[in-house]
Amino acid sequence: MSKLNGAICGLGLLALGLPALAESVEYRVAVIRVDAPGPMPISRLDLPPDDLGLAGADLGTADNATTGSFLGQSFVTETVVATPETVEAELQRLLDAGITYVVTLADAETTVRLADIAGDRALVFNALATDDALRGADCRANLLHVAPSDAMMTDALAQYLAWKRWDEVVLIAGSHPEDQALAAAYRHSAEKFGLRIVEERVYEDTGGARRTDSGHVQVQKQMPVFTQGLPAHDVVIAADRAGVFADWLPYHTWDARPVAGSAGLVPESWNPAQEAWGGTQFQTRFEKSAHRPARPEDFQAWMALRVIGEAATRTKGGDYGVMHDFILSDKFDLAAFKGQKLTFRDWDGQLRQPILLVAGNVVASVSPQDEYLHQVSQLDTLGTDRPETECKK
Amino acid sequence: MKAVFAALACSTVLAGPALADKIFVSNEKGNSVTVLDAATLEVIHTIQGMQRPRGITASPDGKHIYVCASDDDLVRVYDSATYEELPSLPSGPDPELFVLHPSGNPLYIANEDDNIVTVVDVVTRQVLAEVPVGVEPEGMGVSPDGKIVVNTSETTNMAHMIDTSTYEIVANVLVDSRPRFAEYTPDGHLLFVTAEIGGTVSVIDTATNEITKKLTFEVAGILPEALQPVGLRVTADGAKAYVALGPANRVAVIDVANLEITDYLLVGQRVWQLGFSPDGKFLYTTNGNSNDISVIDTATDEVTVSVPVGEQPWGVVAVATP
Repeated sequence: MSKLNGAICGLGLLALGLPALAESVEYRVAVIRVDAPGPMPISRLDLPPDDLGLAGADLGTADNATTGSFLGQSFVTETVVATPETVEAELQRLLDAGITYVVTLADAETTVRLADIAGDRALVFNALATDDALRGADCRANLLHVAPSDAMMTDALAQYLAWKRWDEVVLIAGSHPEDQALAAAYRHSAEKFGLRIVEERVYEDTGGARRTDSGHVQVQKQMPVFTQGLPAHDVVIAADRAGVFADWLPYHTWDARPVAGSAGLVPESWNPAQEAWGGTQFQTRFEKSAHRPARPEDFQAWMALRVIGEAATRTKGGDYGVMHDFILSDKFDLAAFKGQKLTFRDWDGQLRQPILLVAGNVVASVSPQDEYLHQVSQLDTLGTDRPETECKK
Repeated sequence: MKAVFAALACSTVLAGPALADKIFVSNEKGNSVTVLDAATLEVIHTIQGMQRPRGITASPDGKHIYVCASDDDLVRVYDSATYEELPSLPSGPDPELFVLHPSGNPLYIANEDDNIVTVVDVVTRQVLAEVPVGVEPEGMGVSPDGKIVVNTSETTNMAHMIDTSTYEIVANVLVDSRPRFAEYTPDGHLLFVTAEIGGTVSVIDTATNEITKKLTFEVAGILPEALQPVGLRVTADGAKAYVALGPANRVAVIDVANLEITDYLLVGQRVWQLGFSPDGKFLYTTNGNSNDISVIDTATDEVTVSVPVGEQPWGVVAVATP
């Protein structure tokens, strides 16, 4: 499935009053979402919309086009929904058509595969995969990450728990490899910020249907038993990237303790409740165009498009080489409703960004917490810092 | 603003002691406007009945107070003497900031959700024009001669110069990230544009529409990313400009002749917008996170006192009223 988004300056008339424009520059971007079969989310409220991520890219393209209309720049985005089997051919087709900016919404393995195919022909923006390995051993020179890393999100939560003095933690991880990778990130964050993991348990995924007609009846008995007999603790952290059990933990734990991580107090790059720092403007603009609330995938795709648009603005219509160098230089910054400028880490291509801590219908806090300082950028208290990186690109 | 000041200064002279200065502060979260007696700094009234008031300004004669009631999607108008609410003005959706023509009419309003600037006749209450601008219009300034109104768009990162007779954009100047506020010098030769995320103030030569200098800020012990320029005001004599630096809790003082920063004044938390007293002797700052305003003596650049107002004060305007 492929769709051409013609958000080419509907405001073209605005350029009329301008001094003579340089010849028009067109920026062509591909957004590729790779849908792999997976389990359904526990709650139907979390079912993915058809245009997940793509709607954010559309808004980013429209925002870029409005700005571009003042500068003689137009933006065309082609969105592609592929499977792990078809995506390589799709990317090849796009590269052959001369596209040099590719935004991916794919898992880590597919993302790195696409980055390798793109090679020096295109800059790839990872707008979905949070895996730390993508920023570490599997990093690539042409791969930038607008999605935050697992380490950034687990550090964000750990800072808050340390600030709250909830330093005795039970870690419950799912049985899938991605759950275990997330649990490893929580262990690292706990050590970094002085939390003590008093016990770990693994929640085995035994399969079965996401929903049944009896709903909560068995869960209400299973979850308390599963969390019985834990040592004294302040909080339960769930590492459940597969989305198998965490949503069932709050109010079902044996001890009356709050839940954080994959449920309860959740670290996220974005949430439709976010209103600070002009965030309402993004929300209303997105909702007007997509007719639904924005999810992190949408925000991340929007950021990827805005990175490209911002570089096009600042380089005054620069070509691929100029854009590439500018985005990776210390002159680049992005405003993205997070209260401060966002920049790329030169050691692993990760976009620095504050992380929201979301509790139900509100943004309860935003990390980094004020108390955690850093000699370069406070944002580098989140995630893998320069001395720790395993990226050798 | 300068023209407003001049008009007020004249009327002060004519009317003598019958006039009292009042400070009006919009409280974004408090859904109210706090009114203070400028001489005693006592709260003398609180105007209620508005949702998310942000931008606030006054008619040149000081009689009318205009408030952007963002969540009401209109501009509310109040009598500055009686606090009576007068008929509202249409504003377009989510008005945040606006500027009055130096003559007192019309009003130019930034609609941040709709990428337009709405022009409203304050007498007939009719929308005269809607001017498409960049993404998320915010800051509004008007040249002292009233010929150009400037709008800053926060995501497009430009200052758009709009001809007030034709409503056409005549120039666009690219500035740094998230431009928030635009203010001319009284002679109209320079335009200051603050960039909150970029952390700079661009100084634009209005004859060429070129940026002649970008001011950056540095305060020992304050993280660079917390130095976020927002509101800016220039003194009536054009000698000094004051810039609110948001979460840095400071107001920077700019020597306009040399375009250099001469001082940083510690005020309340998340300092947002600024407004002069009618005689220009004091500058009031709204401190959004400490729920107060700070008072700066503009002769000595000393912060003399802070006064509690409503919840999350946003904008401020001071007028001389009967």
